Amino acid sequence: MSLLFRNVRLLDPASDTDRPGSLLVVDGRIAALDPMGVPEGAAIVDGGGACLAPGLVDMRVQLREPGAEHQETLATASAAAAAGGVTTMVALPNTTPPVDDIAPVEFIARRAREIRGTRIFTYAAVTRGLAGRELTEMGLLAEYGAVGFTDGEKAVADALVMRRALSYAATFGLLVLQHPEEPSLAAGGMMNEGEIATRLGLAGITPAAETIMVERDLRLLEITGGRLHMAHVSTAAAIEAIRQAKRRGLAVTCDTAPPYFALNETAVGEYRTFAKLSPPLRSEDDRRAVVEGLADGTIDAIASDHAPHDQDSKRLPFPAAAAGIVGLETLLPLSLALYHDGRMPLLEVVRRLSTAPARILGLNAGTLAPGAPADLVLFDADRPWKIRVDEFRSKCKNSPFDGRPVQGRALRTYVGGRLLFEWTA
Amino acid sequence: MHPGSPLVSFRHRHLLGIDGLSAEEITYLLDLAERHVEPNRQGDKKRSVLRGRTIINLFFENSTRTRTSFELAGKRLGGDVINMSTSVSSIKKGETLIDTAVTLNAMHPDVLVVRHPESGAVQLLSEKVDCAVINAGDGSHEHPTQALLDALTIRRNKGRIAGLLVAICGDILHSRVARSNIQLLNTMGARVRLVAPKTLLPAQVERLGVEVFHDMRKGLEGVDIVMMLRLQTERMHGSFVPSIREYFHFFGLDRDKLAAAKPNALIMHPGPMNRGVEIDSEVADDIDRSVIRQQVEMGVAVRMACLEALTRDLPSNGPLP
Repeated sequence: MSLLFRNVRLLDPASDTDRPGSLLVVDGRIAALDPMGVPEGAAIVDGGGACLAPGLVDMRVQLREPGAEHQETLATASAAAAAGGVTTMVALPNTTPPVDDIAPVEFIARRAREIRGTRIFTYAAVTRGLAGRELTEMGLLAEYGAVGFTDGEKAVADALVMRRALSYAATFGLLVLQHPEEPSLAAGGMMNEGEIATRLGLAGITPAAETIMVERDLRLLEITGGRLHMAHVSTAAAIEAIRQAKRRGLAVTCDTAPPYFALNETAVGEYRTFAKLSPPLRSEDDRRAVVEGLADGTIDAIASDHAPHDQDSKRLPFPAAAAGIVGLETLLPLSLALYHDGRMPLLEVVRRLSTAPARILGLNAGTLAPGAPADLVLFDADRPWKIRVDEFRSKCKNSPFDGRPVQGRALRTYVGGRLLFEWTA
Repeated sequence: MHPGSPLVSFRHRHLLGIDGLSAEEITYLLDLAERHVEPNRQGDKKRSVLRGRTIINLFFENSTRTRTSFELAGKRLGGDVINMSTSVSSIKKGETLIDTAVTLNAMHPDVLVVRHPESGAVQLLSEKVDCAVINAGDGSHEHPTQALLDALTIRRNKGRIAGLLVAICGDILHSRVARSNIQLLNTMGARVRLVAPKTLLPAQVERLGVEVFHDMRKGLEGVDIVMMLRLQTERMHGSFVPSIREYFHFFGLDRDKLAAAKPNALIMHPGPMNRGVEIDSEVADDIDRSVIRQQVEMGVAVRMACLEALTRDLPSNGPLP
């Protein structure tokens, strides 16, 4: 089985490649860039000048299976991912039951094999029951396939537990991912603290809740060694703290999600629950700092932070509504805005979406190197279109981006050389 | 077998730790202990070295084997041994450590053997009494007679200590056995490795002159001695280590991990063992490799030597025969 992409713009951040060319896939793996000859009977895809890049690696999604299949399943998420050019997803452990034991890790791996869609990996919990007290069997969980450890949408709040988690994970060279928000400071908060929250009469979450947790954990990391990843950073001060830590040589990485560079707190408007996120949408200054952090490389990766919530969870008074938005199908076009706005070269945007998260997690993805799995996205970086939530494959439509005009979309998505998605206008 | 030590006496008043002992002093104690090994195996074990001497075993922490070992050692040397434990002592009634020391001191014992759950408590007590004090384990600090009995066991099996490669595995963080052994083995010229998850290693432990490993197979590669440590139950369930099965999987000594060590490597454990936690019964009971029971036997001989060494130069209460 051979497949030739010709007349494409090859974008491979792993080898700093950005040039016109062709790419040959044989038996599900990348065989060659600009092959000299083409095997007999190879299927040929003419890209018409579109970009061919490693499929996106979305390092932070909530898939709701097991336990909340009315909101999302691995199958529906996989379809949504493919439509967004995502070929690998890494799920948070906040399912029911949570992924704090070997059995759910194996369950997700088995379901992913059965679905034969995008690749699906899972994090396991740092603490049992995501309760923030007792460490999980990180060593065994990693042997069974957990790619990192996080309590998902909950911070590991206790400093001693976090210290031991980092220390224990470092024993095995494992990655700990933190939801950086000091819960005692953020308790009861619904949106970013400031003028807008004050006018709306909503309890605020101070940006310091993020800074304090980031700075605390960086201090802990200095004691323990090992590797730490800060999820969805959203504030100028936290990003600056990470920037300084990286200069000191600490093994810290971080990501952000499109809403934190595409929106600010004004999106909450008149209590729009679709703009309720955790961490909350921040001030315009913070939003600019996120863009700056991406541009200078402080922020390593962009993840969708896909959080499906049904209407019953969102059509509620703002304080009662669930936090989070779906993101798999908007990750690529919203991120490409960084390129269209002249803030980052196209290859860099692709890097933050594929190569960088793959490297952080140690996944065999995010590269066009010969021998690598043919997980590919063919996308038109410039094509204008309008986001329509009713076209989402995801079971949930909770997105603040409905109706937003964007540029750039996935045309075809391949996993292991298999076509999973083809865009039809 | 071992050239006689150049020392003829022990210059310390107390035995509070291995820290501060020279290689000659350690050798002196081991040589002295060696002389008790054979007589201890005979029918008539009684000697009169400590006749007229009073030894008080003062245990502020539960112990069966160490207390019994000291009691036997004192009695075999002909001394009068009194056991005091916290369950019956006035400590329960709120007396301070120093008051207890002063009270006991007034009864003129010759040796106090003290175990205490707080690091440094035995030294504090030693400053308030006139008699010799032996540290039978203080907190996470030192357990010198355990290190000495381990050394005697090693020397009897390997013929030497210098040049051996020793791996100490498990809960180093809370272990007084590990701290005393690191001191002794380094002093005697062995090379020490520690193998443990990072949560069970104290800060900057490598400054103690050891090499640190987090992987048993790597840490045990080519070692002559494998010393396992006990993991306390309360530390097995999510605080320092997530679970027993995970601990055993990665850090429990079994045939598979032991295969990395030298074929004639010895297996040691200070006891009491948690079978299936830090050690597999198959290796703990391996008659060719495990010297765990020998360690217990050497314990009595070593404690006899320590009692003897500390009382030799004490002024006698009256004419000794």
